[in-house]
This record gives sequence, structure tokens and C-alpha cells, in this order.
Amino acid sequence: MRVSVTKRALIPLAAAAMATALAGCGSQISDPASANSTASSGSSCVDTSGSSVKVGFINSLSGTMAISENTVFDSLSLAAEEINAAGGVMGKQLQVISEDGASEPTKFAERAGKLIQQDCTAAVFGGWTSSSRKAMLPVFEANDALLFYPVQYEGLEASKNIFYTGATTNQQIIPALDYLAEQGTKSIFLVGSDYVFPRTANKIIQAYAKAHGMEVLGEEYAPLGSTEFSTIVNKVRDSKADAVFNTLNGDSNVAFFRQYKSVGLTAASMPVVSVSIAEEEVPGVGLENVEGQLTAWDYYQTLDTPANKKFVAAFKAKFGADRVTSDPMEAAYTSLFLWKAMVEKAGSFEVDKVQAAAGGVTFEAPEGTVTVDGENNHITKTPRIGKINSEGLIETVWSSPKAVEPDPFLASYDWAKDLAK
Amino acid sequence: MSTFLRSRWGVLAGFAVGAVLLLVAAPAALSVFNLALLGKFICFAIVAVGIGLAWGRGGMLTLGQGVFFGLGAYIMAMHLKLADASLFGGSGVPDFMSLYGSGEVPGWWEPFRSPVVTLLAVVLVPGLVALVLGLAVFKRRVKGAYFAILSQALAAAFAVFLIGQQATTGGSNGLSGFRSFFGFDLKDPSNKLMLYSIAAVVLLLALAAARQLMHSRFGELLVAVRDQEERVRFLGYDPATIKTVTYVIAAVMAGIAGALFVPIVGIISPADVGVIPSIAFLIGVAIGGRATLLGPVLGALSVAIAQTSLASTFPSFWVYFQGLLFVLVIGFMPGGLASLPRLVSRLKQRNTEKRSTAPASAPQVPASAAPTTATTATTVPEEASR
Repeated sequence: MRVSVTKRALIPLAAAAMATALAGCGSQISDPASANSTASSGSSCVDTSGSSVKVGFINSLSGTMAISENTVFDSLSLAAEEINAAGGVMGKQLQVISEDGASEPTKFAERAGKLIQQDCTAAVFGGWTSSSRKAMLPVFEANDALLFYPVQYEGLEASKNIFYTGATTNQQIIPALDYLAEQGTKSIFLVGSDYVFPRTANKIIQAYAKAHGMEVLGEEYAPLGSTEFSTIVNKVRDSKADAVFNTLNGDSNVAFFRQYKSVGLTAASMPVVSVSIAEEEVPGVGLENVEGQLTAWDYYQTLDTPANKKFVAAFKAKFGADRVTSDPMEAAYTSLFLWKAMVEKAGSFEVDKVQAAAGGVTFEAPEGTVTVDGENNHITKTPRIGKINSEGLIETVWSSPKAVEPDPFLASYDWAKDLAK
Repeated sequence: MSTFLRSRWGVLAGFAVGAVLLLVAAPAALSVFNLALLGKFICFAIVAVGIGLAWGRGGMLTLGQGVFFGLGAYIMAMHLKLADASLFGGSGVPDFMSLYGSGEVPGWWEPFRSPVVTLLAVVLVPGLVALVLGLAVFKRRVKGAYFAILSQALAAAFAVFLIGQQATTGGSNGLSGFRSFFGFDLKDPSNKLMLYSIAAVVLLLALAAARQLMHSRFGELLVAVRDQEERVRFLGYDPATIKTVTYVIAAVMAGIAGALFVPIVGIISPADVGVIPSIAFLIGVAIGGRATLLGPVLGALSVAIAQTSLASTFPSFWVYFQGLLFVLVIGFMPGGLASLPRLVSRLKQRNTEKRSTAPASAPQVPASAAPTTATTATTVPEEASR
């Protein structure tokens, strides 16, 4: 008896299913040409009629990335405040809507969709990990919206819907290798966390080393968040490499540097070049563990430019004298001002007009003057090698003579030809 | 009212109301964005129906449903990636493979070029994995905490495996950026509505299947295995077979949910299939009431909705709130929120008894006696959760 009830219940359900499926069918892709013509089906809902305009900030305010991304959120907030105090963008005050990416790529994609479709923001700022950017990229492309991504990354990407204000590989990793080569480094050891950025960075380093007669004595990966490094550190010590190239992320650095020190390795005997340790991370890793080690970035708090002095002072005034500023924070701060300059050049908040106006836009950033490359939506940056000093800040020990043009696909490097295929 | 809900017409009416709410009211009331969000929650609810069967009725604490969800999702994602690559790129090689891999499609991807193979695999692969695992585990009479730990370890291993295979699974980035779904343009709002409707209908079908199972002879046996496995064995049934079948059904539901999740949400990454999401699946089920038909679904839906609306306002607060809710429910209401009406009626009964001892009150008909006996099958034994 009971069985028959459910069977009957299934019939109307099946009918309903078919009805909705048939009624719901939308456009089908018959050939790529027609698919491309319907590309921007989601028309913009940005409201610019009032005295304010909405912008979205998307950062991980919870989860493992919260410590890093909260600092970016803070410097974005500072930039918005400064812009509003100076009269806003084209006379409109910025109204910030903040969303939490919760350190999960899926959450980033979902929240980015909300900022674009539900909140109708004119532009979105944020993201940190490669996976969060990769997750948001299709959302911004499908809705034809703008994302400003403020963190150094692994390159090999250029979307017309993303502006990359952090360094690409030829503005951070290659200069670091150039510096090492200049110092007479003949052999290096690669240590990294197991995800996209270190793997891609190490691929580039391998190709560079091969072309420049440098020897790579080992390439080791630890799972993200791993704190067990005795095996890797012993391998590093036994390799007797001239230097270590470190692409570890987050907590792993604490364990790595502690064990590095405990086996008797020092900055003098075997220097470590890190690309993910900035001012913000030094206290966490422990100053006694990393003092004297090298870093590769485009901005340090100690930079002596008028714009940087103003930025650091304003940041400390707003968030406390004990706070520090770092490269991603500076890139985020810069990104909001770059968007302002693009909008004002375009004379419009519309995405296509902003994109068209982007090329050549400049801003007097704390790191120096930056210029937007209209071809690949990256910006020029000045690579700098730094040394961690006794105060936990980073002193510039080498700086590129001039700003480096962004080359995300490393097209101008002969030895990198096979990488970007 | 209660007896009506349990009758033939009551069940039909219930399904009709559910269908109207999901298929007519929701699309009319919600924006495109919120409808897609509801579609995502419905995917979680489909997983919850399976967990309700395996855990609530069968006593198997499945801490690793993320594996089956992930299998279904990755199979669908692989097909969508391959289909997009031939539709738009022409080369037939998904973009991330040329960036991070050798630029060639690995052999084990190739079968998923075919839509038919993909649809079959979405059901069969999670089902087969669960079958092999279930037979291996339950035939050896592994149960309780050991089974829970084993299933959780599997979820952890699966996520680590996916992260390590950067060139073939997209690593921690996962697979994303799908543009078409079996030839339909994923950007078109009417196709989004179609996907949502498919998910909603699958949820209703899963519920119908779960109800049929719960009220069948097999369902009675399953509850018997949960409560007294040894006695069922003495009666001549094989508890291992009963458990394995239920585990397979739950796995298939999770696999289908994963396959629907991919086109609706647009991304699948190891962060969606590991230990934490596997536990998250369970929380909604526990809060809603794991041994009932609707408890897991309503629990999963309300936890997901609450998370989305609360998490953006109080980012870190949600995790604590969810933990607190879980502790409270497990500690004080093991039957979940679904047992709330029963608790209330029991309290009422106690009050009535007190009052009826007072001489002035009118003689009361024990009307609440019928539902109390009718719901005994849904009571959760304390033992099953340990």
C-alpha cells in the first residue's frame, strides 16, 4: 500500500520536472560566434545617479587567510576614507560594501557574484590567494565587471576584467634571481608550499637557472599549513647550496625558519630569499629567526618617498602606531586610487569606458610612480631586494634602477618561451 | 493534523506544497543571484537526505560524504571543462592544463568527453566506491567511531590528493570558469532557472525515494540494524548488506548533488570536498533532526541560509555560533529541531496531567497519545550517535 502511494507521488513530480525543464530552456550554444555575441548578457545595474557610488571590498575576514587579508582590508578602508575626504570620485562619495571571502575559493566566487549582481558595485577590490583570484575571474568575466587584485602572483594571466596591482613574476622573482646571480650565487635550493604560486614560480626559476648556469640542488614542497620541516631543512643543509629560494606561505614559515636556525644555518652561511614574508609576517615568524634574511618585493615601509611617508603616517594615525605597512597593503591602497584616476579619465563609471581609459593612467604611489599597462592590465613596479633589520622592518639593499614593465607571460625572455604555452 | 500528514493524501499534499514552493514560489520571489544561491543550498540538502538515511536511520556516522560529493562534482566539472575546450578553444584542451600541465589531456580524462559516460559516471563512480568501501568495512563489522574516523580520513586524503595533482585536477584552484552546460549557455538567466529547477526536482525525487525506503520493509530492517545489530543477525538477515546498500544510496545522492553543484555554483575546489565541508554537511542534518524525513533537508537549508546571511555581517562569529548550536542540539535535543514538537507535546501532556489532578478541570481526551506512538520509529537512540 505505502509503496503505491509514493509511486503515484512520483508521477506529478516527473510531470512538473518536465514542464519546468521545457519552459526554462534558454539559449543553446550552436557555434562559438553566436556564443560570443551574447557574452555580456548581464547588463550593469550600477547606480550613479545619486551623490554616492558603491564599491565592493572582498577579503577573507575569517579563516586561515584572515590575518593577512585583514591588513589589506584596512589599507583599502584608509584609501576610501582619503578619497571621500578629498571629495570622492567625480564628486561622488564612495559607499563601501564589504564581503567576507572566508579563505575559501567557492565563497569568494559566491560573494563576488553578490557584490556585482545584488549590490551593483562599480568595482570590486580584494582577493589574496591565487585560488581566490582564479575562482572570481569567471564571475567578473561573465558579468563584465571590474576586480582590482592587490597581491604578487604567479603570472601567466591577463583578463580584461582584472587589474593586477601586485607584482607579476618579472617584477619580483626574476629580479630576485638577477640579484642572487649578481652576488655570485651558483647553486640554489627551492622550498615552497604545495599550491599554484610556488609550483609556477619554481618552474620559472628552473628555466632561469638552466639558462644562466645556476644549479638547482633541490625542489621541495610542504602541504599548506605544514609545520614539520626537519626532513626538508636537513636536505637543504646537506645540499650546501649558496642560497635558498623560499615560496612557503603563512604558518609554515615559522616552523621552517625555526628549524633552519636550529641546524646551524644562518643568513650569513646560507641566505634565504623569501617572497611571501613582509613586514606584517615578521613578528609572527619571530624576528630572532629571520633577522638578516632577504626578501623580494616592490615596496617596504622604510622607503623614502614623500607619498610613502604620508601613507605610513596616515595608516598609523588611523590604526595605531604599532601597525606596519607591507607590499600587498600598499598595492591595495594604490589600486583604489588607480581606479579613481581611470574613472576620472574616462569621465564615466561604466566598465568598458574605464577599461578603455586604463592604459597609461599613472599614480604617485608610496612605492613610486606606477603606470597602468593597457595591454595586460598590470602596472609598472620597481623591484627591490630587502634585508630584515633588527626592528623587524625591511631595509632596501638593492633596487631596480627604473620601474619594470609588467610581462605576465614572460614573452620578452627567451629562456621562458616554453613556460607560457 | 498529524495523522493527516501521515496518510496517503497527506504525503501527496506535502509533496505538492514542496513542489509549489520550490518550483513556482521561489523563482517568482527571488532574484537571479538569490535563486542560484538557493540552488546551491538545495545541493547541500540533497546530500543531507542521504546522510539522514545513513546516519539517522542506519546509525552510520558518515563523516566523509565530501568524497562522494567531490567525485560527482569533479566528474561533471571535467566534462564541462572538456566540452568548453572543444566548443570555444577548438583545441580540446582545458586552459589550466596548458598553463600548469603538459598541455595534453591525460587519458583518464578522455572518457568524460562523452555526456552519456559523464552522466552515468556521476551515479556509478560514487556508488561503486561506496560499495567497495561499504563491503570492506561492514563485512568486517567495523562500526561506530571506527567507521566515522575511517570515512573522515578518506575525505582528508581525497582533498590532499586533489591539491597535489595541479596539472590534472587544477590543484587548490579547483576547476572553474564553465561556460556551457550540455550545449546550453550558462550565462543565460533562463538556463540558470532550468538548472535550479533540475536541482529542486532532484531534491523532491530524493525525498520521495527516501520516504519510500523509510516506510518499506528494508527501512524497518535498517532501523533494526541501527538499534540492535546482533538481533537482526540472529534473525537471519545480513546487517552488512543492509548497511552497504544504504551507504551506497547516500553516496549516490551526494554524487548527484555534487554534479548539480558544479554548473550552479561555477566552481569546485578541494576546499569544498575535504574534512570541513564533510562535517558541515552533518551539522545541518543533526540540527534539523537526523532520523526524520524532512529534518535533514530543512536543517541543511536553514543552516546554509543562516550562514550566508549572518557570515557577511559577523565574519568570525558564525563559526562559534554554528559550534554552539551543534553542541546544544547534540547535548539537549539529540533528535534535532524535528523533535521539538514532540518535546512540546510531552511538556503539554505533563502540564495536562498536573491540571487533570486538579478537581475543577474537565475530563480530557488523550488526543496526543496517537501521534506519540506513531513517532516512535523516528526516535533516535542515544547509542547511535556515539
